[in-house]
Amino acid sequence: MKMPGFNWRRIVVVAALLAFWEAAVKISGVSPIMVPPLESVIGSLIGGIRDFTLISSTWATLKNLLIAMGIGLVIAVALNMLAFVSIWARETLQTLAAALNPLPAIALLPVAFLWFGAGDASLLFVLVNSVVWAMALNIFTGFSTVPVTLRNVGRIMGLKGMALFRHVYVPAALPYIYTGIKISWAFGWRTVIAAELVFGATASSNGGLGWRIFVNRFNLDSEGTFAGLLTIVIIGLLIEAGFQQVERCTIQRWGMADK
Amino acid sequence: MNATSLSLDGVGIRYRIGAKDFVAVENVSLEIAQGERVMLLGPSGCGKSSLLKVIAGFQKPASGEVRSDGRKITEPGPDRFVVFQEFDQLFPWKTVIGNVVDCIRLTRKLPRAEATSRAAKILEMVGLADYFNFYPHTLSGGMKQRVAIARAWSVDPAILLMDEPFAALDAQTRASLQDETVKIWRRARRTLIFVTHSIDEALYLGDKIVVMGRSPGRVLRVFDNPFAETRDQPESAELRHQIRALLAGNQVTAEEVQ
Repeated sequence: MKMPGFNWRRIVVVAALLAFWEAAVKISGVSPIMVPPLESVIGSLIGGIRDFTLISSTWATLKNLLIAMGIGLVIAVALNMLAFVSIWARETLQTLAAALNPLPAIALLPVAFLWFGAGDASLLFVLVNSVVWAMALNIFTGFSTVPVTLRNVGRIMGLKGMALFRHVYVPAALPYIYTGIKISWAFGWRTVIAAELVFGATASSNGGLGWRIFVNRFNLDSEGTFAGLLTIVIIGLLIEAGFQQVERCTIQRWGMADK
Repeated sequence: MNATSLSLDGVGIRYRIGAKDFVAVENVSLEIAQGERVMLLGPSGCGKSSLLKVIAGFQKPASGEVRSDGRKITEPGPDRFVVFQEFDQLFPWKTVIGNVVDCIRLTRKLPRAEATSRAAKILEMVGLADYFNFYPHTLSGGMKQRVAIARAWSVDPAILLMDEPFAALDAQTRASLQDETVKIWRRARRTLIFVTHSIDEALYLGDKIVVMGRSPGRVLRVFDNPFAETRDQPESAELRHQIRALLAGNQVTAEEVQ
């Protein structure tokens, strides 16, 4: 299957950039501690995969983010269900989301420290914050823009309450729900790396990718640091491509993607 | 005489616009027999669509009541299925056949296999045999309406309500969908209530033509139509003329109702 957004020009550009990196390091004679040559970064990357440390760091990061996104989704849906029944809940949701959405979740780190100490709970608190508001807002928009005709068709079929919700509201709002998840992922992915830089040591047995690049730098292992950065970029790109693929098979196929 | 299927008794409909009450329909009483095809004909603003919404159960009348099979109507239900004018009444996330199968399963609790064969049969009947697995957004407006009609008939509703379903179609497609409506109606002979602003459409599809006027919306006169399922019969000219004159008398120009 063809990867979305992937073509031969892109490959040429990537190759050129990597060649430039390698050449610049070789020609300028910069210290390999400042900018390690590409080959040693790749070597470190492969070494990290071989001895499994890079893989377990990556998994630790992804796991944290997935857990946070799961919690965030549950909270966002619950808030929206409340907003569905009560106008006060709706106002609260919109106010909270409007206030907290623009606040970079990482700025909550000091507060998280204060409340939960240095540990998994703090990390989760920050991460959930980074994902939940974009989800909640998008889901809210999705539910409130379900076309009247579709709602009426559902009611004619005798659907009420949860059944109407499940068979009409949720699928009709899918483009927005999906956007919410995509934006949350983008926020969360940036936040999790940053949070791990700070929390990694204490958060769990494995500090994740953020902690890994921090430790590598501390040990003057620049290859490891750059290999970590490269991993972050590659995972990010892969996930984005995955999102596009899902979009193709669902909302694009259904002609609902232009919403 | 057939059993009464639907009775409207002194139905009045009001809307609140700003601080003002706006009377959409005033004191409409109708008796509709089981299996009858009733056309609600009138200009924009005569309240024909509002009347349909009340029968469907989407709206409560300000006065009077509607009874279906003796029971007072309080909410929408599959026994009064509606085909809307909007093309986007199909679930876009379901295929053509998926839309019909889902509808059958949600309303009749049939097993999937049975629902699927039933849906296939009805879709074939309206000429959609080659489009089972198409998604609605890939279909033309006329085809979407075909699916919507098939979906409505698939649940075999006691009453089918059609709210200007062909108004946004070109003349040729409209004519062929009118034929389709006749064809399907003949099989089950369910009650059909059809809103239109076209005299031709009313004459072709209706056993009874309820001519409505506006300011306020009300029934001007109910005509029996012996010319259903025929087009441009010379004998229908007199009836056509009467309806047109009636509508014109309601300060509506003939052009406005076609």
